[in-house]
Amino acid sequence: MRKIHGGTGAAERAGEKAPLLLRLAAGMALLGIAMLFAMILAFALPAFLQPGPGGAFGWFWRPYQGEFGILPMLAGSLLLSCSALLLAWPLALAVCCWTLSAAPGLLRTGTRAGIRFMTAIPTVVYGFAAVFLLTPLIRAGLGGAGRCWLAASLMLSLLVLPTMALILEAGLKPRLDRLCLGGQALGLSKLEILWFLVLPQSRKTMLAALLLGFGRAAGDTLLPLMLAGNAPQLPGALTESLRTLTAHMALVTANEVGGAAYNSLFTAGALLLIINAVVSLLARRLAGRPGNLPGEQM
Amino acid sequence: MKTSLRIFIAGLALLLLGSLPALAAGTDDASAMFKGLKGNLDISGGTAHIPVMKAAAQSIMAVNPEIRITVAGGGSGVGVQQVGEGLVQIGNTGRALKDSEIEKYGLKTFAFAIDGVAIVVNPANPVSELGKDQLKKIFAGEIRNWKEVGGKDAPIILYVREDGSGTRETFEERALDKGQASDKSNVVNSNGAMKTAIGQDGNAIGYVGIGHLDATLKGVVLDGMVPSQENAKNGSYQVTRLLYMNTKGEPQGLTKAFISYIYSPAGSEFISGAGYLPTGAF
Repeated sequence: MRKIHGGTGAAERAGEKAPLLLRLAAGMALLGIAMLFAMILAFALPAFLQPGPGGAFGWFWRPYQGEFGILPMLAGSLLLSCSALLLAWPLALAVCCWTLSAAPGLLRTGTRAGIRFMTAIPTVVYGFAAVFLLTPLIRAGLGGAGRCWLAASLMLSLLVLPTMALILEAGLKPRLDRLCLGGQALGLSKLEILWFLVLPQSRKTMLAALLLGFGRAAGDTLLPLMLAGNAPQLPGALTESLRTLTAHMALVTANEVGGAAYNSLFTAGALLLIINAVVSLLARRLAGRPGNLPGEQM
Repeated sequence: MKTSLRIFIAGLALLLLGSLPALAAGTDDASAMFKGLKGNLDISGGTAHIPVMKAAAQSIMAVNPEIRITVAGGGSGVGVQQVGEGLVQIGNTGRALKDSEIEKYGLKTFAFAIDGVAIVVNPANPVSELGKDQLKKIFAGEIRNWKEVGGKDAPIILYVREDGSGTRETFEERALDKGQASDKSNVVNSNGAMKTAIGQDGNAIGYVGIGHLDATLKGVVLDGMVPSQENAKNGSYQVTRLLYMNTKGEPQGLTKAFISYIYSPAGSEFISGAGYLPTGAF
């Protein structure tokens, strides 16, 4: 550190000026978020307050009969993201453990590069490919329309898998590295160290990955819009159609300006915002706990 | 965040791609017909009209920077009311004006497009003819198997358009006689998406704007009416409606030029582009 002091001095001096600008930037970002919340909540308020069967908290979306319930969409969002995580989270954990411990060199680099590459694939590509490749398979194999809960949930799990795998890797690798030498001296394999020593200490990392994955899954619009069928109903089976809050908003904003249907969109938006805010606050809290920082556990 | 950005960019790209040919087609007419005109033109009303109005407005404004045209939705009722009260210069309706409306506001009406909707199934589906009652029961979810209407033993998969779609409006009004489709129907949000869905699925039934009918789909004969552009034009196919622009009194200046533009070859192109048929009157 001392040796490069001359170099960092200039940066430090520049850093003294930065706080004002930085604070301004941070303030503007915060203000933007606060305004977004205020706007959406203000618009959503009438729908929140309106009681009875015509309000936003009903089980039927039938605009022509004056029913604007968005509960089926809320349920759809939750069901879809949970089912996607049910598949993606164990898979992400397995992939992460494998690349960290057991995978032979070339395969490991390949898998890692592949996962990094997957984060860069736009969802519309997944959606498009699935419409032509996955839905016909589901239709032929399981019947139904093919565009269903299952199709959307499979593709969604593919979408959130790399995010979760990268978070897991970032959390587990430093701990594994630290325990590796001692563990191997005791005759444990890398996988055993990971399984018996690292994972039990990393519950928070694993939970944080789960929560961030959930946020990503619940917020995605294009995959459910293209693949889930979008019927405003509670699905009775994996092969049935469902509609998420995000897809609902995309479908209704296309045509409506004003009116009860339009207002209910703000309720949908407020719900999404609340869900994602809670999830990301939880994830940050977990990730920010001292016990979870690499280097501070034990 | 990332996703919305992607959608935004994709949308932007689509918009640009979509408007390029339209711009190229419309500019010559647009610069000649609007020479020397300036000011604002506000349009509101029927949602089915919006793609046509927007395409026309964009190509006019691209070569005439002094002209500003705004296009809003709201539905036919809003269109009549706003043009009648002078809030907008053109109020669009997806139905003919009522006598009471014409009298009350002194409106002039201009039919410019035929919006026809064809009921479609996969070409592999042996069913090619349905009665209106059968169709209503199918979309209500009462008939659930193709064998009940003379097809093979397979479930019927329903596809509809999103709320507020003009195509859906016409379909429900004219084919279902103001009935509604079952909650269990799958929803897609464009004629293109509908074509993909029906083209893939041998058991699906849905509907598209009649201008989108092609070899990947089979248009169902409804009560003996064969869906085609010609039949929609000559009136023998009746799952159609006319789209109207309405003005308060005789249109003047910019409003008049806009209406003539919609009837020009460039306007016809926008009309076909939105999946409707130009009436070609005027």
